[in-house]
Amino acid sequence: MRYGSTTAVDGLTLRIEPGTVTSILGPNGAGKTTTIETCEGFREPQSGSVRVLGLDPRTDAKALRPRVGVMLQSGGAWSGSRAHEMVRHIASLHAHPLDVDLLIERLGMQDYGRTPYRRLSGGQQQRLSLAMAVVGRPELLFLDEPTAGLDPAARHATWDLINELRGHGVTTVLSTHFMDEAEALSDRVHIVDHGRVIAEGTVAELALTGAQNTVRFVARAGLDVEDLMLALPHDSKVVEFSAGSYVVTGEVNPVLLAALMTWCAAHNVLTDSVLVERQTLEDRFLDLTGRTLR
Amino acid sequence: MTLDLSPRPGAAPYPAMLRSQAVMELRLLSRNGEQMLLALVIPLLLLVLGAKSDRIVDLGPGRPIDIITPGILALAVLSTSFTSLAIATGFERRYGVLKRLGASPLPRWGLLVGKIAAIVVVEIVQLTLLSVVGLLLGWQPAGGVIVVVEALALVVLGTAAFGSLGLLIAGTLRAEATLAVANLVYVFLLVGGGLLVPLSRYPDQARHLLELLPSGALGQGLRDTFAGLGPDPFSLIVLTVWAVCAGLLVSRTFTWE
Repeated sequence: MRYGSTTAVDGLTLRIEPGTVTSILGPNGAGKTTTIETCEGFREPQSGSVRVLGLDPRTDAKALRPRVGVMLQSGGAWSGSRAHEMVRHIASLHAHPLDVDLLIERLGMQDYGRTPYRRLSGGQQQRLSLAMAVVGRPELLFLDEPTAGLDPAARHATWDLINELRGHGVTTVLSTHFMDEAEALSDRVHIVDHGRVIAEGTVAELALTGAQNTVRFVARAGLDVEDLMLALPHDSKVVEFSAGSYVVTGEVNPVLLAALMTWCAAHNVLTDSVLVERQTLEDRFLDLTGRTLR
Repeated sequence: MTLDLSPRPGAAPYPAMLRSQAVMELRLLSRNGEQMLLALVIPLLLLVLGAKSDRIVDLGPGRPIDIITPGILALAVLSTSFTSLAIATGFERRYGVLKRLGASPLPRWGLLVGKIAAIVVVEIVQLTLLSVVGLLLGWQPAGGVIVVVEALALVVLGTAAFGSLGLLIAGTLRAEATLAVANLVYVFLLVGGGLLVPLSRYPDQARHLLELLPSGALGQGLRDTFAGLGPDPFSLIVLTVWAVCAGLLVSRTFTWE
């Protein structure tokens, strides 16, 4: 996808399994929205192909649109339309919509039903937009930054709804730049930057792959770290960085922990504390996309 | 009752979608104060003023009310099918409404049908009300089925021409620019577009130009029709050409976001 001379999305490959939640995680300007809007049929790729539910988003739009729920990053409602009226209108375009009153209650939208869209707060507009995406009972949801501007309670309500939808077999693709959101919701995460997928996997895989994790433990001073290293998997290093405080670095996994404890047992070492420090998705994300602001 | 979140996709039947879309458009229009001002208050004001216009503008031979009322009807058509439509559509694009609806089961032609339906309803209200007030003020139009058919043909062609031009502006300019241009064109055509003042009152060169404008063709066409002369076929041709050309351009240039 190019805009003028800028290539927004280039050689991006995504495969989404049905009934899962997939996050597209990336910094601002990474190409998240362009990717989602290409799947929604708003943009035509200059090359490559997009199939959504096996259909072409542009030529099969008529068959596809009723099956897909869309939450735009912003806007999407008449400025003079009232919140409930807008949900009802979208519902009326579908054959078997959700019960609008129950949906409104579920999303905590009861208090501003007659408020015109232009007077809703950012968070209220987000919830309205989410309601509009799900009201038609789609099998596939595209949510572009669904919790941007939400307070923590509303964020969790949104997460709960997405999780519950997954429980009913709805597939969700969402874009976000919140690591905790990707961690809390996704079966798979695609980290996107400069229009390419630079890493992909489950949250655990992503946080661990290639990660230098550490185990810190406290025991009596002066242990034979050379001997300990021989007992641990290769690539592990042990340092006594202050008297009685040890740091093991390497790929931290159950095998390493078991080997550490076995060695301690054999040498009659009682550890006072063992702290496993695994790299978080956030560390991984920043490692991959760089720490500079843009 | 609990919320059943299991997927059950499907589009509503076309008649239901179109009805819903048209009703929504009408509700939004009726809620918008400026639109009502444009659609009813200004034409009513000008109708009352125009009926006593001998002292303001010389409308030419004949009773002022008979000359001004058809022009006011033409103005009502302009305000709804051009100005209101262009502004509303411009802001729908700006706020992502067209985009969001483009992702819904409502087909794009359905969006257009919704707009046309809303315009037709508003025009029926406008033309009825303004005609009744005109009659109360002493308007004596030519009667008969043929006059009604001729007037309807002019209104339909005028609506098509102005509507296409409105969409052309809304589809190509930014929302703020659309707002400015749509209002400017409205004021310009109101004052000097041959809507209210008979073309015969203009200097020759201006008249030849105004005859070619949709405003001049619609205004003069309605005046001739209600005077019992029948519309000049030239007026009908001018309106048709505008409608077809602008319509084709819209279908080629309109972008939904």
